[in-house]
Amino acid sequence: MSDREHVNGEIRTVIANHARLPVDVATLSDGADLFEAGMTSHASVNLMLALEDHFDVEFPDTMLTRGVFQSIGAIEDALLELQGRAAA
Amino acid sequence: MADFRAGTPEQSSFLAELLACGMLIDCGVPGVYGRGPDFELVRLGFERLVGDALDEEAPQRMSFPPLLARRELERIGYLRTFPHLAGTVFSFDGDESDALAQEERAASSEDWSEFQEMTDLVLTPAACYPVYPALARRGRLSAGGVTVDAGGAYVFRNEPSGDPARLQMFHQREVVRAGEPETVAAWRDRWRDRSVELLRGLGLDACMEVANDPFFGRSGRLLARSQRAQELKFEVTVQIAGPEPTAVASFNYHQEHFSSLYGLEIEGGGPVHTACLGFGLERIVLALLRAHGLDVSGWPTDVREGLALL
Repeated sequence: MSDREHVNGEIRTVIANHARLPVDVATLSDGADLFEAGMTSHASVNLMLALEDHFDVEFPDTMLTRGVFQSIGAIEDALLELQGRAAA
Repeated sequence: MADFRAGTPEQSSFLAELLACGMLIDCGVPGVYGRGPDFELVRLGFERLVGDALDEEAPQRMSFPPLLARRELERIGYLRTFPHLAGTVFSFDGDESDALAQEERAASSEDWSEFQEMTDLVLTPAACYPVYPALARRGRLSAGGVTVDAGGAYVFRNEPSGDPARLQMFHQREVVRAGEPETVAAWRDRWRDRSVELLRGLGLDACMEVANDPFFGRSGRLLARSQRAQELKFEVTVQIAGPEPTAVASFNYHQEHFSSLYGLEIEGGGPVHTACLGFGLERIVLALLRAHGLDVSGWPTDVREGLALL
């Protein structure tokens, strides 16, 4: 399993536990809009904090935007970028 | 205790003028002032103006004290989004010897908080908060929803400041609209224009801007940007005592936030949205004083007429 696939699976687990979605996360594509799927702004904050906790990262101020938490793919890009920065 | 935020030189000198002429009355704590007679006449005049503008909507009146059940603050999630602004009511809990010890410490200005217990009350932080649970208790809304005029109620924010436009306790003239999403969105848009007209009609240079609430912490930054991206909050701003213009009215579109929290339903089913419009009454009075001078009797006739001061 690649890093990306692993991270994707972990993100989906965190979303299932913290994003309070009214739908099963398994039905969502990586590009699906989480807000359109029913995630509220307040739930996106829960998700942000849970992702930080799970991946042991801190989203920098520039990443605290709605766009970063809009889809599984966007979250994955952000986390891989943060992990890449940490490894560099 | 919240940190005191000093006013700019312009704000400090405006505050000194307001205190010197008796518009505001010092109470010993920054941001908490009594109001002189002219200040109140203007505030009540503006309240009437808003009331007249609302008349055609036949709003339901609800008036609440400046206290909220602590449970409601907890349910709304205020302690997460604005923990820094909340004010909680504490009261004595103990026996006679505790009372004596408390009094002794208080008399020598030492910390007596250990004798205090949280009560079931908090200070109301937003005048619309008591409206949503009250509406929910009434049962299903009729088709078309409802407009509630919550009057001009005192609200509290724990933010001591030297800026006279940043009070810890002030009046919000709050109007709530609940109904079908398109009804509520149209109401919000209509009132955005009307409120600017209302203020410009009093000679204020009012502007409308997309805004965000002062949410707490890092998660608050995400909420604030999200709120802006969705244009859920607008403010009418006026220059009072620089450097930035001050918000004197705000419009919040809550979507389903309060209706899902309180289970608001409407005839015919479907989602219920809510929005509120709040005028910061003291800020509007201050803006008028800044624009037209501290002597209300010398204000332009049309402004005095508009506020029924003639």
